[in-house]
Amino acid sequence: MNKNQFWMSGNEALALGAFEAAVSVASGYPGTPSTEILENLVKYDEVYCEWAPNEKVGLEVAIGASFAGSRALATMKHVGLNVAADPLFTAAYTGVRGGLVVITADDPEMHSSQNEQDNRNYAFAAKLPMLEPSDPAEAKEFIKLGYRLSEELDTPVLVRMTTRVSHVKGIVEKGEVAPRAVASVVKNAPKQVMLPALARKRRVYVEERMTKNREIAETIEINRIEKGDTKRGFICSGVSYLYVKEVFPEASVLKLGMCWPLPEKKIKAFADSVDELFIVEELDPFLETHIKAMGVACKGKELVPNQGELNTAIVRRSIVPETVEKCFEASALPPRPPNMCAGCPHRGIFFNLSRMNVFVSGDIGCYTLGFLPPLNAMDSCVCMGASVTIAHGMIKALENAGAKGESVHNKVVSVIGDSTFMHSGITGLLNSVYNGSSATLIILDNRITAMTGQQQNPASGKSIKGDPATSLDIEGLCRAIGVKHIWTVNPHEVPETRKVLKEAMDCEEMSVVISRAPCVLLPEMKERKAVSYYTRQENCVGCGSCIRLGCPAISWTKFGEGEAEAKGYKRTQKGVSKIDENICNSCGQCASLCKFDAITRKEA
Amino acid sequence: MEKSGNILFSGVGGQGILLASEIVAYALLDAGFDAKKSEVHGMAQRGGSVTAELRYGKKVYSPLIEPGKVDLQMAFEMMEAVRYLPMLHKGSRVIVNTQKLLPPSVANGSVEYPENILDRLTEKGITVIPVDAFALASEAGEIKTVNVVMVGVLSNFLPMAPSVYEEVINTQVKERFRDVNLKAFALGRKVS
Repeated sequence: MNKNQFWMSGNEALALGAFEAAVSVASGYPGTPSTEILENLVKYDEVYCEWAPNEKVGLEVAIGASFAGSRALATMKHVGLNVAADPLFTAAYTGVRGGLVVITADDPEMHSSQNEQDNRNYAFAAKLPMLEPSDPAEAKEFIKLGYRLSEELDTPVLVRMTTRVSHVKGIVEKGEVAPRAVASVVKNAPKQVMLPALARKRRVYVEERMTKNREIAETIEINRIEKGDTKRGFICSGVSYLYVKEVFPEASVLKLGMCWPLPEKKIKAFADSVDELFIVEELDPFLETHIKAMGVACKGKELVPNQGELNTAIVRRSIVPETVEKCFEASALPPRPPNMCAGCPHRGIFFNLSRMNVFVSGDIGCYTLGFLPPLNAMDSCVCMGASVTIAHGMIKALENAGAKGESVHNKVVSVIGDSTFMHSGITGLLNSVYNGSSATLIILDNRITAMTGQQQNPASGKSIKGDPATSLDIEGLCRAIGVKHIWTVNPHEVPETRKVLKEAMDCEEMSVVISRAPCVLLPEMKERKAVSYYTRQENCVGCGSCIRLGCPAISWTKFGEGEAEAKGYKRTQKGVSKIDENICNSCGQCASLCKFDAITRKEA
Repeated sequence: MEKSGNILFSGVGGQGILLASEIVAYALLDAGFDAKKSEVHGMAQRGGSVTAELRYGKKVYSPLIEPGKVDLQMAFEMMEAVRYLPMLHKGSRVIVNTQKLLPPSVANGSVEYPENILDRLTEKGITVIPVDAFALASEAGEIKTVNVVMVGVLSNFLPMAPSVYEEVINTQVKERFRDVNLKAFALGRKVS
């Protein structure tokens, strides 16, 4: 690498590109694989960055900055664009003043997501250009190009990333920083007030713009033909291009850096130049559908899977199955699924719920892991905020059409994290109270957006930069919405928490339990280790109470024949529990459950 | 000197795999290679199996290693050495930290940790290099340096001089942890 080259991830490269493009305002909500874009952009003092409570808010903030004449950025994961779709579709009509780029980071294979929707479809549906980089170096260049296109065409521009571009590191070259536009207030109602009479006029412009955009797609340098062997031709975009280049280095390739709108003339000319045309793309047959609609013969999804990520092996198997070499078979092993951390405050809540006969309406966050054994304490999880509303819907169905004479209020509990509550749980709670729900909502308040790696949120008391910020009073908010029954518990006190949960569920009106304890991964929690817990193994009777917590620090040692007696335990005892002090984070949940004084607190 | 290669890092979330792969990547870049590295963040990191894939050569396209094409694997836990068997080939080298971290089903006593698990690699003609990285990290003075001990062992199989890694450790690791990491690297390097 030379002095100007840096090793960085696709997300770091996007941040560098946004900085070089003189972006002034950036807003977004954390979500894998998009989170590191803002985490890196905030390091450039010239750019104002913020975490928004959700993606719709983030995009609207960016639209506002654009209306003030600044270059603006909104970042989100693929499902976040569903939340932000409302402003997106109308921003397509208003266009921009300062350039506006919206990054959607998709997650084929669902490494950390609840679905694997293909957000290229949004470009088609919202009538917006979309750029799709293949690697970090392109990510940096494409976002800069995005701003030029945005201002030239008066349009928001979508940049689509996927996990294997966002979280891939490669060599990126630093460039010049563009001069920054001066922000100002300029009124332009015909373009920015989208009431029907004005929107109809902008609607016509949207189509004119698409025509112009299609012409640009024909000549733009990122849509390039790499001439090679004419026997096979490939059309691809994003990371799929890299797999094709690796498997078929000799083949002709049309690489589409702009995956919407498509360059019809270029595609037809390329198709004519090769004997056989293949479309290699991850997820939906997006390019294939539109290319076939042009009347071009090609092969795509009848060969290449439409689910999950691609890789070189899948591309090889799809196109030239006869060349595939055999690999070793996988060897059977106990699985190692993700788990809540040792000392995670959520565990105490889910342990209690696992012992109560109740439907748990869950939500999106670390705590979705409460679903896994041994806790098995989650019965539904759909999208951000849906815990509250799904519980309400179930309660109403049970009230309206359930078995006669059965109580309903203690049947359904919803569980949501603080960040998810602020993202889209608040309006659900408002609805529940307004419409007389009798459900119980548990808000897991660990003061941070934990799953994506500890991002600040409106309850953290800190901004994205770590500066002091107003912290939401969750109890006060619930009261203002009209909740009459509110408790706050320390989830590490497991039996105490159980009593409160029962009381809340006995309520015949909407009740809220706030489970308050900080995430153990917070830096300040790592510094502290004033107490530790250890097992007085001589007291352990092997009851298994602590094991059922499913804590990674606690393990079970089975006794062999006669071993219990030899070690001085009751002859019938099957084994003992042990705490690994290297893993233990000193939450004390196991100690609060142990009735035999086998797990004791030790001041360090 | 090999002109290209594929290194797979595997282990359990929280073992410092990302830092280890980062040190090796920087060392390869210093030696003039092109490289790409793929990681998975988010839910997968919460104590589950994790991997990082590092590819180097004159020009690297795909960020993912094709099954059967891993030349070197750095496994931070015994079971995680075997989990990615389809990625290996006859003659692959696997450096294994002989530590056992119990997955939930083993910790709660419902299944046993498989015995002689590394035989499943050697019987396929894969070279296994076992290392008690936990003991060496303790010797270095910080059990969290298991990852850098492993980098030390790996450095014996790559063409770069130790000074290249040391330089990277100096720039990538916070100052107060530098000495202990350099010591961990040196202890790993001595393993042959």
